[in-house]
Amino acid sequence: MSSGTQLAQRHRFRWWELLPWAAGIAAFFVFPNYLSFATQVLITILFALSLDLVLGYAGIVTLGHAAFFGAGAYTVGMLAMHLGWNEPISGLLAAALVAASIGLVSGIVLLRTHGLTLLMLTLCTMTLLEQAANMGAAWTGGFDGMPGLSFSKILGLFGFDTLYFRSQYLYALVTLLLCFAVVRMLVYSSFGQSLTGVRENLLRMHAVGAPVRTRQVLVYTVSAALAGVAGALFTQANGYVNLAVLGLERSAGVMIVLILGGHGRLYGAFVGAIVYMVLEHALAKAYPTAWQLGLGLTLVAVALFARKGVIGLVDSVRRRLPGAAR
Amino acid sequence: MDPVSILFGGLASGMVLFIVSVGLSVTMGLMGFVNLAHGGFAMLGGYVIVLAMKHWGFAFLPALALAFLAVALFSVVLERLLYARLYRATELDQVLFTIGLVFVMTAVVTLGIGPETQVIDLPEWLRGQTDLGFFSYRTYSLVLIAVGTALMIGLWLGFERTRFGARIRAAVDNRRMAQSLGVDVGRLFAVTFAIGSGLAAVGGGLGAEILGLDPNYPLRYLVYFLIVVSVGGLGRVAGVFAAALLIGVLDFVLKFYFPKGGTIFIYVLTLVLLLWRPGGLFGRRGA
Amino acid sequence: MSAAMLETRSLCKNFGALEVAREINFRLERGARHALIGPNGAGKTTFINLLTGVLSPSRGEVLLEGENVTRLAQAKRVKRGIARTFQINQLFRGLTVQENVCIAVSERLGVGGSMLRPAGKRADVIREASRLIAMLKLGEDAERLVAELPYGRQRLVEIAIALGLNPRVLLLDEPAAGIPSAESHILLEAIATLPEEIAVLIIEHDMDLVFRFAERITVLVSGAIFAEGTPAEIAANREVRSVYLGSALDG
Repeated sequence: MSSGTQLAQRHRFRWWELLPWAAGIAAFFVFPNYLSFATQVLITILFALSLDLVLGYAGIVTLGHAAFFGAGAYTVGMLAMHLGWNEPISGLLAAALVAASIGLVSGIVLLRTHGLTLLMLTLCTMTLLEQAANMGAAWTGGFDGMPGLSFSKILGLFGFDTLYFRSQYLYALVTLLLCFAVVRMLVYSSFGQSLTGVRENLLRMHAVGAPVRTRQVLVYTVSAALAGVAGALFTQANGYVNLAVLGLERSAGVMIVLILGGHGRLYGAFVGAIVYMVLEHALAKAYPTAWQLGLGLTLVAVALFARKGVIGLVDSVRRRLPGAAR
Repeated sequence: MDPVSILFGGLASGMVLFIVSVGLSVTMGLMGFVNLAHGGFAMLGGYVIVLAMKHWGFAFLPALALAFLAVALFSVVLERLLYARLYRATELDQVLFTIGLVFVMTAVVTLGIGPETQVIDLPEWLRGQTDLGFFSYRTYSLVLIAVGTALMIGLWLGFERTRFGARIRAAVDNRRMAQSLGVDVGRLFAVTFAIGSGLAAVGGGLGAEILGLDPNYPLRYLVYFLIVVSVGGLGRVAGVFAAALLIGVLDFVLKFYFPKGGTIFIYVLTLVLLLWRPGGLFGRRGA
Repeated sequence: MSAAMLETRSLCKNFGALEVAREINFRLERGARHALIGPNGAGKTTFINLLTGVLSPSRGEVLLEGENVTRLAQAKRVKRGIARTFQINQLFRGLTVQENVCIAVSERLGVGGSMLRPAGKRADVIREASRLIAMLKLGEDAERLVAELPYGRQRLVEIAIALGLNPRVLLLDEPAAGIPSAESHILLEAIATLPEEIAVLIIEHDMDLVFRFAERITVLVSGAIFAEGTPAEIAANREVRSVYLGSALDG
């Protein structure tokens, strides 16, 4: 094997990378009655993908990522409700911008710390936003949020279909595709490689002259923007926004989704979101307490034995198969 | 309510936070382990007391003692079997594990006993008011304040004056050096974890009147326990005490005067404090 | 006297009452082949940490070609041309050897933060990394994870990373430690073929390596410079012999 093969090939497209998108399009035809649920899955995938940049690649442990999701969600909601601005695509961009700004400022300030302190600070930042949303009822609708939002046609052509979610689903699918392309590009770039370096050995990164803090703030900001887009999609697709877009439950939820799927792996978010949400949809409403118990036990087991999630398990099985490449 | 009553109400609240959180602060400082499930031990303690008093005829104080022992024992088993495997794990794994543990505890309690809020019948001598001369206040709250203060003094003396305390302090400051000096770190962890969890159990029971007791207790108060611990400084008894009282009083006052969202100030304050002193008010300079 | 490549003036460091560096006045000349020896606990690694910015001194200055870098953070000093290896390997264990070296080379070439082009398409980075890997005879392990390599080979990766930074000053902290004697010649060759202009400072216990490599030796004891001179002078210095070299040089 000549040197440079693996690294030089890693970013190339593989045929099976088309599968998730083919499946996404197929789902549109095969599950016409479940598109509302499927849209939520797509939104969660995007949210988890954004978290993966920060958590899986850069190794920043945060319990406050919902801050950016919520920022995006409320931006779109407030623009629609107070300014009558309900054009969807510009709404996405505005949400990304607001979320990115919050990410940039909080990143610069918080990423000076690490460990428990950083965890607490991300938690506090998010809870602060949550409390602000709760208090600022005139703008945010307070505890009840803003129901009954409507948005204009996407590109002037496709109206939001509140019954079957047809346009929403495809809209979310395309948005996810575009965002995923950005994430994929970042991950395979030198920047992405340096993030992995920061995660693997922080001291070494300093010792090769990398501007570690700058890289961390950059990825935090980009991740915030993507989370903001996911939040914006939430508000647009569902036609409402309330406090549930913020808070520990949402932050912990997306973290669980990502870990279960496999963090630090491009498709971990996909696997995690689909598996988790399908199971949750099937079990949680019928047996909420049993669901919580099962989830808790699963998390304990994953932390102890399968920290790389489903993708990690698949990897270790593949490695044991005869004739497996490294 | 007049200001003095509010102050005392906040102090009582703070004492509960202290009693529950002090164990978390020490074990986190000692083991470097992010234990988000600590509130679960407080909850379990409360439930043991409820069971003991309602079904097994225990009086209040013996029930407290039972809660301490039962939860301490249970926590040691968990620690040796599960926690110990993750001491070298990443922070993420520890967070994941303890979140999972909280879910399990919450679900088990819901399934075993039920989702309703539990009420602990306080004994006669804790009910009513006590007249302190210049004012009279709920006996229960006054006792809480006294107990919390006594506990703080006792713990502080224990840390500063006993050999066991010295070993803990040494291991918190520099684990490897303590190990090379012959400290049995494994046993230290287990015993400290047991005491810390036992104290949490007592705090959960004692504080049930103020913080409530239901299966969602650990998750509901998780952020508060973490704030108290990180603002106070890991492993610093005096720090946890100060932080707990500060948060307790602030929270009480804010909820009273700004019920709509006054608690936002607590988060702002925590942000500012942690940015100013990442290691906590009483902790080391850096995190 | 012209500016030394790397110089310290009255460099002091103490942790509370513990003094780990005492008034160190040290010069590393251009193109130097300088060795730093001393008993365990003398403060050699601490000194390297002070030179590279991992530790900040309590007093004194560090100058790189006359420029005061005492307040500069570690990463900035690397950009100015100081590279080091660690006594205990500091590698990206979950990545391949090639990726390890590529990260260092990318930073040096200033493309470490580039977001658009895939890392795999940077032929210049990959080429340079491959050259270094070949120089240290790591070619057949290039695609293997560092964590899977034997410790001695990991040590060579550590050196490849430092070289990938194209430094003006190279600080090697016990580079031979852990390398089996059968492979230590690889290390020696790599050091011998270093460009002449690079100033090299080696901390070592292997006296064989020290006396073969060094043109100048500094002896550090208890955080202070005990003796300094050419290898012949140091070998002949009776105090040094008694304090440190002892029987190592007899016979």
